[in-house]
Amino acid sequence: MCMSQTMSAANGLYARRRRRNGVVLTLSFAATAVGLGILVLILGTLVVESFRGLSMKVFTEMTPPPGADGGLLNPIMGSLIMTVLGVIMGTPIGILAGTYMAEYGRFNKITHVIRFINDILLSAPSIIIGLFIYELVVAPMGHFSGFAGALALAVLVIPVVVRTTEDMMNLVPKELREASSALGMPRASMIAHISYRAARAGMITGVLLAIARISGETAPLLFTALNNQFFSWNLNAPMASLPAVIFQFALSPYADWQRLAWVGAMIITFAVLALSILARALSGSRK
Amino acid sequence: MEPMEKRSVSDFAISNASVAQPVSASLAKALRRLRINDKVFHSITRAAAFFVLFLLSAIVVSLIIGAAPALQKFGFGFLTSERWNPVTENFGAFAPIYGTIITSLIAMVIAVPIGLLITLFLTELCPMWLRRPIGIAIELLAGIPSIIYGIWGLFVLAPFLQAHVQPFLIDLFGNVPVLSTLFAGPPYGIGILTSSLILAIMVLPFITSISRDVFEAVPPMLKEAAYGLGFTTWEVVRYVVLPYARVGVIGGVMLGLGRALGETMAVTFVIGNAHKVSSSLLAPGTTIASTIANEFTEAVGDIYTSSLIALGLLLFVITFTVLAAARFMLMKIERRQGCA
Repeated sequence: MCMSQTMSAANGLYARRRRRNGVVLTLSFAATAVGLGILVLILGTLVVESFRGLSMKVFTEMTPPPGADGGLLNPIMGSLIMTVLGVIMGTPIGILAGTYMAEYGRFNKITHVIRFINDILLSAPSIIIGLFIYELVVAPMGHFSGFAGALALAVLVIPVVVRTTEDMMNLVPKELREASSALGMPRASMIAHISYRAARAGMITGVLLAIARISGETAPLLFTALNNQFFSWNLNAPMASLPAVIFQFALSPYADWQRLAWVGAMIITFAVLALSILARALSGSRK
Repeated sequence: MEPMEKRSVSDFAISNASVAQPVSASLAKALRRLRINDKVFHSITRAAAFFVLFLLSAIVVSLIIGAAPALQKFGFGFLTSERWNPVTENFGAFAPIYGTIITSLIAMVIAVPIGLLITLFLTELCPMWLRRPIGIAIELLAGIPSIIYGIWGLFVLAPFLQAHVQPFLIDLFGNVPVLSTLFAGPPYGIGILTSSLILAIMVLPFITSISRDVFEAVPPMLKEAAYGLGFTTWEVVRYVVLPYARVGVIGGVMLGLGRALGETMAVTFVIGNAHKVSSSLLAPGTTIASTIANEFTEAVGDIYTSSLIALGLLLFVITFTVLAAARFMLMKIERRQGCA
């Protein structure tokens, strides 16, 4: 009798543990479903909402005044110009700094400090970068400009590129470097011909990720490039950008503007997602 | 002194190159050119590396200079005053600070359990062939620009909450003492709670991806031993995986918190921009970042602009502290893995 009591108590314990396990596993399944569901919901909304406003005009006409027909040509061009400039300015600095950390200063104390600071920069709020460029460029010049916007984006590019360059060059086998040094290759040539070549795919991935990051950035552009109703090549004047136009149009009371905001949102999202998938495919194929 | 054996041969190659006797004058010249090239390249890369340090200090200095007039005028009261009046030029940061911290905390309370549950699914339950696609899909959430979350939150999530969730919450907690003040007031749709939900979605991928890395770093032997003793999956995670991965998970959570604190555009769309501290989570509020985004280009007068930059400085100090703590913890776990 005593025996059967112990048995049933043990059975109760097992049942309770199994039940608890079942509950947690169900919850974890549900959480994953929620996460995936949100992704589908956001992308679905974007496609459905932007479908109503999508036409060729989006790519051929300027942003309209409220109530009129128009497109997103000037913000698309503005975004492209500032993104390209930002990448051109930021990438070389990032690659060179990453090179120093992985090749020359790998065992220096200072490299640890730089890595730490770079990681802070990597996740610092981008609106602070906007304030910084405002103080540095916009306030002294006295007006907003596309150049200031590109500069703010460049500051965002640097930490991404530094991080991926260093990581990728650290993965280059030491033996390759030693072999080239043993053949009498100077260090700079060794880096250019061996390390860069071996780490190339990873470094390109880093640049793609940086482009993906900055093409959706709004906060740093708000008080550097501001916005512009018209298309201009002039880097010394305010310049339109897709995110800034989405911000302005989405919060406006006009239905046409809101529709264009959705179209802009769709363009940015799919461009950014395509870039990050491309970057992933590039780094994945190397492994 | 760093241990010498860690250095590769290439660290010495150049200094030894000078030992070699040049065969002819032209060879000597070529060698010298290579050596100069090498020195120049070394200096350029070092300058670029130091530029990163310089960048962060320049950001700090420019924020301090910009914030100085406001901080001088309002002193310590800037942190504690709730007043924000552009007309009388009287500014205090309490409402934005409160809004920033409360939205981020609620976001973490929602996102951390969900993130850990997703990690549990991805590391213990999910069939192998599905792990990569689901992992990538969750990480795509991190790739969506924040302005998209903003526009989606404003046009999809806020109306839904206003129509279905918030009236329900108000009714449900209407007679419960503490909760009735937390869920009081008309259902605006936008407000503190909506911002927290959006932030929770945005930090979810960060928490998931970092905790996935640290969960996967748990030695399989430990887990197999626990399974062998008859642990259930939940018990293995609770008593083996989580204690082992604790520091890394906390680091990941702090990293997510740092993101949430500084998030600008998504919050600006859905918080309602009201410079007041209300006890209800359904009421509109403001955060540091959304105040700056909304008001900076319209700010007239030096004190107004300077107060906004002072807000930026505050945000920087808060996020720097959180991010530094996060990096420190993650570095600790990397070092442990390096030794193992």
